[in-house]
This record gives sequence, structure tokens and C-alpha cells, in this order.
Amino acid sequence: MESILELRDLVKHFPNHRAVNGISLKIPRGGFYSLLGPSGCGKTTTLRLIAGFESPTSGEVLLDGAVVNEQKPYQRNVSTVFQNYALFPHLTAAENVAFGLKRKNQPEIERKVREALELVRLTGKESRHPAQLSGGERQRVALARSLVLQPDVLLLDEPLAALDPKLRKQMRLELKEMQRRVGITFLLVTHDQEEALSMSDQLAVMNNGAIEQVGTPQDVYLRPRTRFVAGFLGAVNWIDGIGLRPEVTRISRGLPANGARFRPATVTGSVFLGNCVHVLARLESGEDAVAEIPRNNGAYQAGESVHFCWNPSDEMILP
Amino acid sequence: MTAASGWERLRAWFLLPAWIWMAVLFAAPFAIVIVYSLLTRGAYGGLGLPWTLENFARLLDPLYLGIVLRSFVMAAATTVICLLLGFPLALFISRAGGRKNIYLQLVILPFWTSFLVRIYAWMFLLRDTGLINTALQHLGLIHDPLPLLYNNGAVLLGLVYGYLPFMVLPVYATLERLDPALVEAAADLGAKPWPTLLHVILPLSVPGIRAGSILVFIPALGAYLTPDLLGGGRTVLIGNLVENQFTNARDWPFGAALSVGLMALVGVLVLLMLRSEREGLV
Amino acid sequence: MKRWLGLYAALVYLFLHLPLVILAAFSFNSSRFTVWQGFSLHWYRAIFQDRQLGESAWNSVIIAVVATIFSTIAGTLCAYGLWKRGSALLSGSLYLSLVTPEIVMGISLLALFQWSFRWLHWRLGLHTVILAHVAFSIAYVVIVIAARLRTFSPALEEAALDLGATEWQAFRFVTLPALLPGIVAAALLALTVSFDDYVITSMVAGVDSETLPMVIYAMARRGASPVINAISALIVVVFGALVLISERMREA
Repeated sequence: MESILELRDLVKHFPNHRAVNGISLKIPRGGFYSLLGPSGCGKTTTLRLIAGFESPTSGEVLLDGAVVNEQKPYQRNVSTVFQNYALFPHLTAAENVAFGLKRKNQPEIERKVREALELVRLTGKESRHPAQLSGGERQRVALARSLVLQPDVLLLDEPLAALDPKLRKQMRLELKEMQRRVGITFLLVTHDQEEALSMSDQLAVMNNGAIEQVGTPQDVYLRPRTRFVAGFLGAVNWIDGIGLRPEVTRISRGLPANGARFRPATVTGSVFLGNCVHVLARLESGEDAVAEIPRNNGAYQAGESVHFCWNPSDEMILP
Repeated sequence: MTAASGWERLRAWFLLPAWIWMAVLFAAPFAIVIVYSLLTRGAYGGLGLPWTLENFARLLDPLYLGIVLRSFVMAAATTVICLLLGFPLALFISRAGGRKNIYLQLVILPFWTSFLVRIYAWMFLLRDTGLINTALQHLGLIHDPLPLLYNNGAVLLGLVYGYLPFMVLPVYATLERLDPALVEAAADLGAKPWPTLLHVILPLSVPGIRAGSILVFIPALGAYLTPDLLGGGRTVLIGNLVENQFTNARDWPFGAALSVGLMALVGVLVLLMLRSEREGLV
Repeated sequence: MKRWLGLYAALVYLFLHLPLVILAAFSFNSSRFTVWQGFSLHWYRAIFQDRQLGESAWNSVIIAVVATIFSTIAGTLCAYGLWKRGSALLSGSLYLSLVTPEIVMGISLLALFQWSFRWLHWRLGLHTVILAHVAFSIAYVVIVIAARLRTFSPALEEAALDLGATEWQAFRFVTLPALLPGIVAAALLALTVSFDDYVITSMVAGVDSETLPMVIYAMARRGASPVINAISALIVVVFGALVLISERMREA
């Protein structure tokens, strides 16, 4: 089955900044896909190249099998949810949602708008202006406005960044659920690894204008292929070239059970995080490491001599 | 077809009227004036060849240099007085808290009503049969009216009155951006109000003062209406001299040369202003 | 110190406003001398009986309205175009037109018109005044709209394109509505600037295109009756109102 969106050796160079350095990607129909990376890695530029706000320096953007490089944003069947929603302030919620339909002279605008607002659970707020809506409500108007046009791909530019933390967690579930219900391919751009991991069917990790790894959340988190990906997706302890995530390491006073590897270490501190404890230790070999242990596994004092242990199967060996 | 080309096309169409304006109503008039400044006055006040630099040479005539000098002095005096009057006012407004906007409007508002009316108001007050003289006579303080109008002093007063807001606004803008912590730090280190003003506030307001000074000096230098009405023809500044060439004297080439000279001066001042904008916080 | 500063400010405000207040006050004086002799609306009635005043005022209105229409449209489009991508030449010219002394602008436009009389068979009249007014008021419009655009988010236009609007449609349905208060403010500003102009107008007006400022100027020179006071008071009130509305629109 052909992918709905494909990028072939996509390059975008600005006068004093090489934003995207040769990206190739195939995004299948109907899933939730993410582009994850730190600020400046080129993910937003990639999004803008897909939407048509920038023209590639070289390479191709293909939508549904056809090259769309030459097409303007209003000719492409993709729609963007902007970071600050970009709702038209002089129009009501309903008029915002109807905007795209009116431009394309589509029939049955009223019905489609009503259904779209029902989908995002904003019935009753149709005649409000953006200024009278909360942050979460504005985001839903932005979603409805884009979804009502039934795009091939829905592009989301850090959609949860402007929301407060509690709302963010709730919106993750809602977005995921919405994608499942609507069936449209979602492409999310974010720097928050928790967001990407929790929502995506597949994700691509970007750094310095290139893709370092593509895979499912499990792939990317448990089997990172580069040091950068390992470090960006979560915390890592690097010991002798081996990567170990804090949650697979343990602290013990005596020698550990058979099969486990260990290093002697001295506890340098202990941080209570509520649901777990981080024990900081300096290994005999000189590295500093963090072990994440359950909160009722005993307390460790600074200066104690302990063993820092892990299972060989949890090791991440990376070039 | 790039992403930007659609916008470029729209932009080109949108700028077309402005380009036409620039060519027809701005550049062409100035070009014609420059050409005229190099021609000779015709027999009946027209223009003709030969090409000459005579008109510019006449600028160096002591009579005309005197007028230029007087204009400079008048503009400088206006600027200084506007600064002395305007700075404390700007300071007051910057400290007025919530009422800042109202006080600012009170300065701007009279300026945006009719310029002509504002000049006439002073004529009404200053002339021999004007309010001030009548009042003083009624109070028995004077017998004959004082010649308050139709002299340099009246012109200066009119210029200051007209251009004071041009000084107040930029100075206010700079004072507004002044970090109040600096004044507090000065007080904390033992400075009383006056030294704080002199050594902390004043030096930091220099960008605003510079901008305001140029914004007052330029129009004051080229003033025509104020010296014409309040000076009564006795105070001849560059502006009056230029106007005269195109009406009574019918010496267009000379008037054109004067205009070119005036614009050159204005050009230099504008460059100074742009430079201070780049350096300062205007 | 604050008390002295406040007292000083009061004096300066008095200096700025008192002359106009006195001028207006004496427009209600029943006598033509600068001695108060009783309240009267005599001079206001005289305004409406003066034919020359009426005609010149009408000329001023026509000129102001027509010039404002052209300068507002041209200025708004220009500000928008410059916002997309600047042009040092155009911005520089606009700025220069603001700092050019009025008398220089007046004579240069006069020179242009006189020169054009050789090819175009026309004379000085309302049309030349209108052209001159457009010439000097465009810059004001550009400034007001440019300021408004600085607070406008380009993401809104991108969203419009994203949803299927062409560039022109994005301007028409998204940007223009957002600019509307600014456009009204700019137009009101252009109206007052045009209505009040004397220097440039006097240089390019024909014999039968007298404007109100020209009549006022002549009366001021003659030292005529308190009719000027009355006209002045009316002008100040009307202009003041227009400017206040303009300021309100600017902040809307």
C-alpha cells in the first residue's frame, strides 16, 4: 500500500542556516506519526515544507503518490494546526471552522461545521469569538477547522506546548482518540519525548536536520540506534561505552543475584521523586550514575558503599 | 513557482500606486526643481537657458547668508527652549503612573487641531488690539500697547508653541524605557533628587533628547507660516524667502536653488538622526 | 520634587491649551473688540451667512474626502507591501516626504504642475490641490497602518493559505478585517491633515479653488472680525473629535 506522505532526500537550506539536510521518510495511511527532536533540529521546517510554506532546496515531497513541490499550500490536501492555533480573531468559532469550506465552495457547509464542532465537543460555543474561549477550546476549534476539510494528512505543530501541564496529559488521550475515530493520518511535531512516545504509532527522531531513527515508541526507546536518540528519549547512564537507563539499574548493599553485572560505587545523594527514588552514585571506574529504585526499597545515605547492578539484557550497546 | 512567489506578485501589485506616487509626485517635482535651480530667470519671470550656477552663487551673498543664519539661530533657539520646557514635562508624564496616556493625549491633541488656528490664537493674544494689551491697558499697567506681535520674539514663541510636542514625545519615550531600578539604585547609594537627575537620568535620556532636537530643528528651520503670520513680513526666514521667489519676486531659479540648499541641510540632519537611531534607543 | 513637577506640568498644559480656549471664548463675545461685552452667537450666525466661507469650506471638504480616499487606499496597500518585504527606496521617500518643509513641497509640486501644463491642457484647480494633498498625506497613512501590522501575526495568513485561500483571499478575508480600525484611524488622520493644510494648498490652488484655510489666512492677515474666532472654535472642536476617534480606533 502506498504511503500517504513521502519525503525523498528533502533538503532545505536558508541563507545562513542549513535546516534540513536530506530527509527521507514514508508515512503510511491512517496512523499517528510523530517527528521528535530538540529545537533547531529542523522538524518545524520539515512540517512547513510538507504544508507548502517553504519550497525545498532539493528533494521531493509526495502526497498520495504525486510530487507536490510546485503546489501552493492552498492546492495541497494537507492541513496544519499551528502552535498558537492562528484562529481568525474577527470570526466566531463556527465561522473559523467554515473558512476552508467557503474558500473551496463546498456544499452543505452548515452541516459539516456542526458535525466538526460535535467531534471536538464544542457544541454550544459556535458563536463565541476566539478571545472568549479558553486555550483548550481554541485548540479544538483549530482541530475542527482543519479536520472538516478531510485532508490527507493533518499536521500538528507542537499543539500541546501552549497548554498547561494537566490539560496537556488529558489532550494527549483526546488527540489519540480523535485520530482513531476520524482515521485521518496525523503527523505531530514535538520536542517533548513523553508526548511522542505516548501518542505515536511510529515516530522519527531528528537531529541537526537529519533523521537518526524511525520506529515504534518501543523500538526507539528500548533499542536506540545512536547515542543521541538514547539520550533524547530518556535518561541514560553511560558506563564503559554501554548505555543503561536508570529504571533498569538497581542499588544493593550485598552482591547481586546471579547473572547480574555490577560495579562498586559510592552513594553521592538520594532524591525522592514521589513515585520513585533516584539514587546518585559515583562508580569505582569514575562515572557518575543514577539508579531509579522503587520508593520503599530502603534509604541510602551519602558515602555508603554499594553495588550498582543491572541485567546484561538491558544494555544498550551503541557506536 | 515557489512558496513565496504568490506573495511577491501580490506585493508588486500593491506597491504599484506607491511607486507611481513616488515617481510622479515626489521624485519628479524634486528633479524639476533641481533643473530649475540651474536655469536663468527669464524676462517676465519665466525660465530659460543658459544653464548656470549663478543661483547657487547668490546663496553666498551676505544678504541671503544673513537670512540663513537667522533661520539657523531661530531654529536652534526654538530647539533649546523646547528642550528646557519639554524635558520636565516629559519627566512628569513618565512618572504619572496610570494617567500617563491622558497626559500624553493632552500634549498631542492641540497639535492635531488646526495649525493655522493655533498661530492665529497667538495673533489674537499678542497684537496691539489683542487680549494681552487690552488687559494690561485696562489694568492701568500700560498706556500705549506693547509691540508684542510682528517681531522675532513672537515668531520664536509661535515656533516653540507649534513644535513642543515633537520634543516631548521622543524624550518621554526614552524616559519611559528607563529602568526605574536605576533611579532606585542611585537613591540607595545616597543620591538626592537633583544629583540623580543630573548624573543618572539626564545622561540616559540623551538618545531621546537627540531625536527630539532634530525633530524640532528640521521643521523650525523650514518654517514658513509661523514667521509669515507672527513675524508680519519683518522676520524673513528661509521659508519666507523661498515663497517670495515663487510669488512676488518671480525668480523661480533662485527659489529653486534655495530649496535645493534647504533640502541639502535637511538631508544632513536626517542622516544625523538615522545615525543616532542606530546607536541610541530611539 | 514631584509636587513642583506637577505644578510645572500644569503651567505647561495651560500654555498649550489656554490660547485656544481664550480664542474660543471670545467667539461668543457680542462685540468685535477684545473686551468682553456679553454673550452672543452672532459670529456663528455670520459664518453661515458668508458665501465665501461656505464655498471655500465646501472646496476643502471635497478636496479632503477625495484626497483621503486615494491616499488611504494607496497608503494601506503600500504599508502591506512593505510589510511583506521592505524597500529602502520607498521607505526612504515616504520618510523624506514627512520631513520636507511644506514650502519646499509646495513649490516643487507647483513646478511640476507648471511644467506639465505644456503637455496636458489643464490649469491649477481643485484637481491639482487634490493631487498635492495625496502627495503629502500618503506617508501618514503608511505610518499608521505599518504600526498596526507590527502587531499582526503572519501565522494568520499562513493559516488562511493552509485552509485553501489564495494570497489575495488571505489578505481580503483575514488581514484586511484586522486592519480595518487602523484604516479608519489613518483616514481620519489624512482628513484632518488635508483639511487644515495652508502652505502647500496656497501654492497649487487656482483662482476658483479657494480652501477654508486660505480664507482664514486672508482674514488673519487683515485682522478681521471675531468670525475667525468662531470658525476656529468650530474647527478645533471638529478636528479634536476626529482625532480622538482616530486614536480610539488605533488602539482597538
